[in-house]
Formats: sequence, structure tokens, C-alpha cells
Amino acid sequence: MALSIRKKRLSRSAGGDVVILLFLLAAASFMVLPMILIISNAFKPLSELFLFPPRLFVRNPTMKNFHDLMIMMAQSWVPFGRYLLNSLFIVILGTFGNVLFGSMAAYVISVRKFPGAKLFMTMVVLSLMFSSEVTQIPNYVTIAFLGWVDSLKAVIIPAWASSLGLYLMKNFIDSMIPDSLVEAAEIDGAGDFRIYWQIVMPNVKPAWLTMIILLFQQLWRTQGGYYIYSEQLKTLPYALNQIAQGGVARQGVQAAVTVLMMIIPIIVFVINQSKVVDTMGTSGMAN
Amino acid sequence: MSSSVQRDKTQLGMKTRPGRFAALLKEIRASKTCYLFLAPYAILFTLFTVVPVIMAILLSFTYFNMLQPPQWVGLHNYVRLFLEDEIFLIAVKNTLVYAAITGPVSYLLCFVIAWLINDLKPKVRAFLTLLFYAPSISGNAYVVWRVIFSGDTYGIVNGFLMYWGFIDSPIQWLIDPKYIMPIVILVVLWMSLGTSFLVFIAGLQGIDPALYEAGAIDGVRNRWQELWYLTLPQMRGYLMFGAIMSITSSFTVAGEITTLVGFPSTDYAAHTIVQHLQDYGTIRFDMGYASSIAVILFFMMVVAQRVVQKLLDKVGE
Repeated sequence: MALSIRKKRLSRSAGGDVVILLFLLAAASFMVLPMILIISNAFKPLSELFLFPPRLFVRNPTMKNFHDLMIMMAQSWVPFGRYLLNSLFIVILGTFGNVLFGSMAAYVISVRKFPGAKLFMTMVVLSLMFSSEVTQIPNYVTIAFLGWVDSLKAVIIPAWASSLGLYLMKNFIDSMIPDSLVEAAEIDGAGDFRIYWQIVMPNVKPAWLTMIILLFQQLWRTQGGYYIYSEQLKTLPYALNQIAQGGVARQGVQAAVTVLMMIIPIIVFVINQSKVVDTMGTSGMAN
Repeated sequence: MSSSVQRDKTQLGMKTRPGRFAALLKEIRASKTCYLFLAPYAILFTLFTVVPVIMAILLSFTYFNMLQPPQWVGLHNYVRLFLEDEIFLIAVKNTLVYAAITGPVSYLLCFVIAWLINDLKPKVRAFLTLLFYAPSISGNAYVVWRVIFSGDTYGIVNGFLMYWGFIDSPIQWLIDPKYIMPIVILVVLWMSLGTSFLVFIAGLQGIDPALYEAGAIDGVRNRWQELWYLTLPQMRGYLMFGAIMSITSSFTVAGEITTLVGFPSTDYAAHTIVQHLQDYGTIRFDMGYASSIAVILFFMMVVAQRVVQKLLDKVGE
């Protein structure tokens, strides 16, 4: 259905299409060349990393960098699986909580204009503009007061109230849920919880899929900051960074670490995007 | 936008003051479920965002070295910032240059590319989305630019320029103040197709196709008219969201600079407000001063946001 509609859309000029294609091509190669370099560096032997003239693509690919990385991981006194588990724990719980609480709040703010909703939203938006560096110390005080220092809670629970998630969700509900849809559900006798869970959430699937990508990516990078001291509670990015910091000799390993760290968010993104594409065809008809 | 609440509000306006207050109370009581929905988020948000921000603002009027209790110094930190701290003024200038260039350019790139690839087939679109989004998804992948612009002959740019004979000796890209700023801007732009880009794509996808059909019947003639009269007004909420993302990221460039050119950069050529803040907050432990920098930065961003809001209100007219 989506395709037949697209055909009916306005005709575009051929010249315009060519210009656009060239622009996209130029932009895409600017984006992609450094990425190719990252991936190909991870497979370069040390001799090829320091070569004149430098090469973009690898000539004799080797797994040595990854192998070295594995050896270093095996030598760490905290088993590496532990770092990975910590990271996954933070990412999954943090994302889930923010999507749930953020969308619940966004639902009432967007659909029900109750007293204080606007003020609250303004505060959320303004908070996006305040540097987190200086709130870290007051935050530490709060977290110490709650007794959460040196536990994963200190990273997970604040993530549930990330301003970005709520703001994003509110925008999506504003533009994707027509008033008529909510009114119709009200006439059918649906309460707030049913409207939220059965009407609004299924219709803003692209919104929470996008939210999942963004949060996953943000939390995946978490190193634990000031709140986590115990080595057993540190995260994967922390551990990998420790390995990568070792000067010129570690340059190959460093490249391997970079590839390893970006591969997981990219996989999540690809799975997630395929879901977005799936839902798009139907969301237009639901309205 | 439930209509019953809307109606309540118009009645509210006509009442006298005490009556209005009673009506407000009534409304609050009637919206009990709303507050219940909001509560989990609101409590955490207050605890982990509102309280720390207020505390930081209060700290900006104190001298606080994190060892001794804060001492109230009034406006002294602000006076020091503008009258005694020359490096802060350099940072302000640099930040404004970054913001003025990377802000609008990244914003336009996000929208234009999202808009262009929206017309493509789903598979192609998904692939291009990944391609454009990859640099910002990959955490600290921007370290690769340190290899590209490395000051020795193994640096990619130096290597090729020397190989082809454009230069005889390697250029110190990341040390020479002449090049630092443009390179940082390039790298920031490389990573700029992030949050707003994804949101724009999802937003464009959510527009009802029937709207374009109706538009074609109403006499929309080409894709520019379609964009201005149909697409953009539908995207208004997302556009503001994207603008705020661009403002917050372009005013707070810091980590990339420290990674690329070190801290501090030669002659503070790339020094930004957030770097200055990190300097005082995490190196010199002058938290009161760092907080006053955050407050100034906050007001700069709020002003930028108001200006952008005014501009976006004109969209689709």
C-alpha cells in the first residue's frame, strides 16, 4: 500500500534527482571512509599500521590484534565475562526503566493537559542545557545519601529519568496520536491505563524503538564514573579502555577495541531499524 | 489534548481569583491518575536532575574546593569570569564560533539527509541510515581522526600529501593553531548525524501518506512546496527537538577536542567553555567557579533556543 501511494506522489525532476544522488554519495563517502579505516586498522599487522605511504585498506589481514586483546583479557584478574555482564545489566535495566517511566509521563503530558504539565515539560527541556559536569558533585551527594555508592543502582536508576527520553517520547505522541483516537477510546470506556498501553504505545512504536537505540548507545559507553569503585562492578568499556591505553605498541589492540565496542550498538541498531521499517507500513493506516 | 480539560480552562479564565484557585484544586484532584502516571519519572527527575541543578546554581555563588565547606562569595565568581579570566573569554569566543558553524550545519545536514533518504525504498533507506548514523553510534570511533591527521608521516593526510608531492615535510595538523579549529569542526560534523537524524527519519516516516495525496489535489506543484507547506509543518515538534539537540551538542563540544588535540590545545586555540569548566571542576577543584561557568553556558543556550524557536515559528507560513 505504501508503495502505491508513493507512486502517486509528485513527479520529481530528473536533474534534481541527479544532484541529490551526487550529494548523498559525497556525504556518504565522507562518513564511511574513516569507518573503513577503523575496521581495516583492526586487521592490520603492526608493520602495516606504520607504513609510508599509508594505506586505507589492509593488505595482509591478520587476527593478531584481536588475539592479543583476547590474551590481555584472559590475564585480567576479574573475569572478562563479569565486565560484560555488568554492562549488559546496566544497559538493559536502564533502557527498560527509562522507556517505561518516560513514556508513562510523556503520555499524560501529551494527551491530558493537567495543571503543571507544561511547567514540568519546560523544566525537562531546560535541564538538557545544564552541563552534567557540575551536577556530578551534588549528584554524588544524593547517591551517597541513598547509600548507592559502589553499586550498579547508582548508574541504572538515574538513567530512568533521563530528560532526553521523555522529551523525545512527548514529541512523538504529540504528532502521531490524533485527539480523535483518544476520544474514541474514551467513548468505548477505556481508562487511562488501557489507552496508554493498548492505544498509544502500539501506535508510537517507532518512538520507543528510537528511544531504545539512543539509550542503549548512551549506557553502553558508561564507565561507571565516580560512583563505582569495585573492580568487579566496572563495565566493559572501562576494562577495554584500560587495555587500549598503552601507547604506540598497543595501537593494533586499540583498533581492535574500537571495533569491538562499536559492533554491539551497530547490531542492536540494525535489528531495531528492521523493526522500525516493519512498523512504518502499518502506522499510517492505523490513524 | 482532551477536550473536556480544554473547556475547563476557558471557564477558569472567567472566574474571580478565589474561584479560580478552587477550580484549580478541583482540576488537580480530577487529574489524580495523571499525577500517578507522572510520579515515578517525576520523583527520579527531581532527585537526580532538579536538585543537583539547583545545588550547582547555589554553588556558583560560593568558593568550594570540595574539601572545605562552601563559602558564600556572592557574585565574585561571575566578576572573576568576565574581568579577570582572559582564557574564559577565549573559550566563549571559540564556543560561539563552534556553535555558529556546527549547530546550523549539523542541523541542516540531519534534516536534509533524512528528508532525501526518506523517499528511497525501505531497504536502501535502512542501509543509508546505518551508514550515516554509524559514526555517532560508535562511541569513541572519532579517535580514528587522530590517525588521519597525525603529525608524523604515518598520518593518512600527511602521507598522501607527501606521496603526491604537495608538501615536503609533515604538517602538525593537531598542534598548529591554524588547523586545530577547522579539524575539530570537521570531526564534530562527521559525528553530527546522531539523535536528531534518527528522530527526523522516524518523524518523516510517521507522516500520513494521504496528506501528500491531498496536497497534490490542492495544487502543491513541486517538492519544495511539498516540503514547505506539507512536510515541515507536520514536523514542527521534531524540528524543535532537533534544534535543542543541535544547540546542546554544539555549545558543549569538549571531549572530542581533548581527545584530538590534547588539553590544553596550543595557545588555547580550540579551548571551549565546557573544557574550561572541566579544567576548574576536575583539575583545579574549584567547584564554585566551575558552577558559575555552567550557569553562564546555560543562559547562552537558553538564548540560542529562544532565537531558534522564533525562527521555527515561521515555518510553513
